[in-house]
Amino acid sequence: MSTVEITINKKTVRVPENITIMAAAKLNGISLPSLCHHPDQKVKANCRVCAVEVEGSKNLVASCSTMVSEGMKITTNSPRVRETVRTIVELILADHPQECLTCIRSGECELRQLAFKLGMKEVQGVKTVKRLPLDLSTPSLVRDPNKCIKCGRCAEVCHHVQEVGILYSHNRGLDIGVTPEYGKELKDVACVLCGQCVLACPVGAIYEKDDTDKVWEALGNPDKHVVVQVAPSVRVSIAEEFDQPSGSIATSKLVSALRLLGFDRVFDTDFAADLTIMEEGHELLQRLQTGGVLPLITSCSPGWIKYIEHFYPELLPHVSSCKSPQQMFGAMAKSYYAQISGIDPKDIFVVSVMPCTAKKYEAARPEMKDSGYRDVDAVLTTRELGRMFKHEGIDFNSLEDGEFDSPLGISTGAAAIFGVTGGVMEAALRTVYEVVTGQTLEKLEFTGVRGMAGVKASSVNLGGTEVKVAVAHGLAHAKQIMEAIAAGEADYTFIEVMCCPGGCIGGGGQPYGTTNAVREKRIQGLYEVDQKAELRKSHENPAIQKLYEDYLQAPLSPVSHKLLHTTYTNRCQHELQ
Amino acid sequence: MSITDRQLVFNVEGREYVDLDLYRSRGGYEALEKVLAWDPRQAVHMLKEAGLKGRGGASFPTGLKIEMVRNNREKERYIIINADEGEPGTFKDRYIMTHLPFQLLEGVTIAAYLAGISQGILYVRHEYDEPRSVMRDSIAQAQAAGLLGDDILGSGFNLHIELFSGAGSYLCGEETALLSSIEGRKGRPQVKPPYPTQQGLWGKPTLINNVETLSNIPKIIEKGALWYRNLGTNDSPGTKLISLSGDIQFRGLVEVPFGTSFRDIVYKYGGGPKPGRKVKAVNIGGASGVLVPEEMLDVPLEYGACSRAGITIGSGAVFVLDDTRSILDNVSNRINFFLHESCGKCTPCREGLRQAQIIMEKLLEGRAVMKDVENLERYTRVMQNASFCGLGQAAGNSVISSLHYYDQEYRGQCVDGDCLYGEESA
Repeated sequence: MSTVEITINKKTVRVPENITIMAAAKLNGISLPSLCHHPDQKVKANCRVCAVEVEGSKNLVASCSTMVSEGMKITTNSPRVRETVRTIVELILADHPQECLTCIRSGECELRQLAFKLGMKEVQGVKTVKRLPLDLSTPSLVRDPNKCIKCGRCAEVCHHVQEVGILYSHNRGLDIGVTPEYGKELKDVACVLCGQCVLACPVGAIYEKDDTDKVWEALGNPDKHVVVQVAPSVRVSIAEEFDQPSGSIATSKLVSALRLLGFDRVFDTDFAADLTIMEEGHELLQRLQTGGVLPLITSCSPGWIKYIEHFYPELLPHVSSCKSPQQMFGAMAKSYYAQISGIDPKDIFVVSVMPCTAKKYEAARPEMKDSGYRDVDAVLTTRELGRMFKHEGIDFNSLEDGEFDSPLGISTGAAAIFGVTGGVMEAALRTVYEVVTGQTLEKLEFTGVRGMAGVKASSVNLGGTEVKVAVAHGLAHAKQIMEAIAAGEADYTFIEVMCCPGGCIGGGGQPYGTTNAVREKRIQGLYEVDQKAELRKSHENPAIQKLYEDYLQAPLSPVSHKLLHTTYTNRCQHELQ
Repeated sequence: MSITDRQLVFNVEGREYVDLDLYRSRGGYEALEKVLAWDPRQAVHMLKEAGLKGRGGASFPTGLKIEMVRNNREKERYIIINADEGEPGTFKDRYIMTHLPFQLLEGVTIAAYLAGISQGILYVRHEYDEPRSVMRDSIAQAQAAGLLGDDILGSGFNLHIELFSGAGSYLCGEETALLSSIEGRKGRPQVKPPYPTQQGLWGKPTLINNVETLSNIPKIIEKGALWYRNLGTNDSPGTKLISLSGDIQFRGLVEVPFGTSFRDIVYKYGGGPKPGRKVKAVNIGGASGVLVPEEMLDVPLEYGACSRAGITIGSGAVFVLDDTRSILDNVSNRINFFLHESCGKCTPCREGLRQAQIIMEKLLEGRAVMKDVENLERYTRVMQNASFCGLGQAAGNSVISSLHYYDQEYRGQCVDGDCLYGEESA
């Protein structure tokens, strides 16, 4: 690696060439302030709070966008730099509501942290905040344009990571704002509600619609039997809310904490994930055997489902008719569980804890009530659950270990890896292989579908037949596969698509600070959960076997179809040419 | 030196329109003929020797810029003629396009030839209907005469120029915003590097030059680098077109050799203030330029000297305010202009101008306190230091310079200001 010699605050150091001043400063123990900078995004250099002095340059330069060069003399600590940075933050604050005490982002706000770090005592500029209306139009997200600092991070993730492209930085000068086209509301555009913009936002300008009050109310209602299900990925992210390292496995503490909140039963979405594998695996076999539409595409990710409904409705027949694990769980809770527990389904209140903002939308879809009752009553993101724990003063890290309740809390390692990209595929292959070949699968890890590569293609030998599979995560990558299918160039049999980068562990409902580096750690966490699991194949889950024996009869049975399968809607807003 | 002296680069003569025949009869297109027979490197060298610098405001050496594009390995390249003349009080490019269109086209053709470019775009300011139509005709005429298009003058060199109209944004004169605008994106500046010479239009190497800059080229080739250098000073060779306006007797376009003092520009070329009036301030460089008092007019028009005196030559607009004018009115007007034209992308420019406007309003209404003036100075300093592009960096020039020279006008408008000069005209 080639290096260059530079001077930072009079200290001469060697740093790699082709890095920015900001990166070089970081390597030398100085974290320069930043707001529009994001480690997974390209440089925008909008906010200018990272300004530093470079000898020979008349003005200051943005350290996020300026590369180091041989002999460069950088000053980050001069009165001029200090005045500039503090004044820029002051200017931002003058146009910011400063409602930190009641802001959902509060202590985790990058602007507030920066203001604190700089010791901002006074904002001398005239307060210029306008009262623009909030966008409350969807069940998933809230946009508060008043808090927006116009950094452009949300628009970038929407355009370049997801390629959904509904958020724009538009207008000029003081009228600049980041909104959907023509200032429309989110419900009126093709927003898939993935919430990646929430993770990208440095402040509280876009956030999940908070459903904690709904849950508090149910928990306080003696007539309700409140059950909770926890998505696979939450167990490797919730501990981050309590300052544990990214990817820490916190399943048992999570269960204990949920009990402390007062849930009547603490169940696991992993149970429903195993159920999904049974249904979806058999759907795949059925399509293979009867000449059905192939490739079959997974349907677990509600952001992905909304995306294909908007952008590729002609490909909907490829999508599995299986509900997502969240909805399968809800349907089972209000039918099977109601029956075995003798509780009237109308009194059962199902709460799910999801890494996802789109899950709120999914739960509210009108078709999701096949038992006669809404499958899932309230959806909390990982962040909301973290807030509830904190509200109750639960000392998460010191809790004793707890165990999920039976039977809807029993699961396998195959279900756990639903939370990572490639996991549904891997779980399905473990089951499908054994069903098709009748042999025991020796090596459970399908490494070809693991990892952060955007599109992963692999092939599997199923009893003499090579089956080609593909996995995509992040909608920009899903789009590549959809284009290939539309062009007739995709000879895959089975495709897994997850809306968010890295899969659910990188979902829009996960703790703030979800970067790609953090995603990698959570992925490792879930693979470890799988590895340590006693059972690692969905069809070996005894609770699932009993469910089929006692209630559903068989995968794809009429009861299954009624409760566990669903239909989709063409949401394309333009006539296809 | 007489303003009608034919020995300069443009030889501006009032309303004279130099058509193709007249232009050729005066030696027009001889430079192109010459260059087509030369090794391009020789001509680039000549431009460097002549010391021609960009006239759009940044004064980057033109020969070097051409060479950078020329040496790029990518063969698909563009030349863009920046005719988005948006700087208030500036009308030199308009004059060139409406009166000397073939001098511009010859310059463009030479520059394109030297940089190995065969596709060009003339980016004309939205409001410039007449220049646009003159240029459209002139391009057609040059094409018909074999001076543009395919196989120019039988040399095998091709150059096709398209017209592109801006949409009325001042900022789109900034080269990266201009590129975005042509590509159909929002007219906002982009991070440099890559510079347009490396990755410009559609990601290809692009030579972007101002109308005046390009129009200098034929004369340099025709008469040589030494002739050109002798026109101006050692520091700043050649001449500059100056757009004169405001409270003076002669308002219009003049061509002055570099080295001429601003006093001569105002009093000799401009005829001085109207009878009975005195020069109170001179605004040099357009809205983004500075305000200087009469005493500063002995500074010569020269990049080095001006830079040392804190004057930005910019587009070469010279606007005179006589003693009936309020400095604060003028500054406030310009802050409003920049706030209207700011793209809003970066914080210092967007928010700094917003606060500056609020403070200027308070000052004009006599509601301000000295602390406001202090803040105004700080905000403009930060805009200058940290804005993303030239718009924000220069937007506060009038504030900074007027605070320096006309401090008492600010104090006079503050409720707690100790106005040393008694009553000031407001």
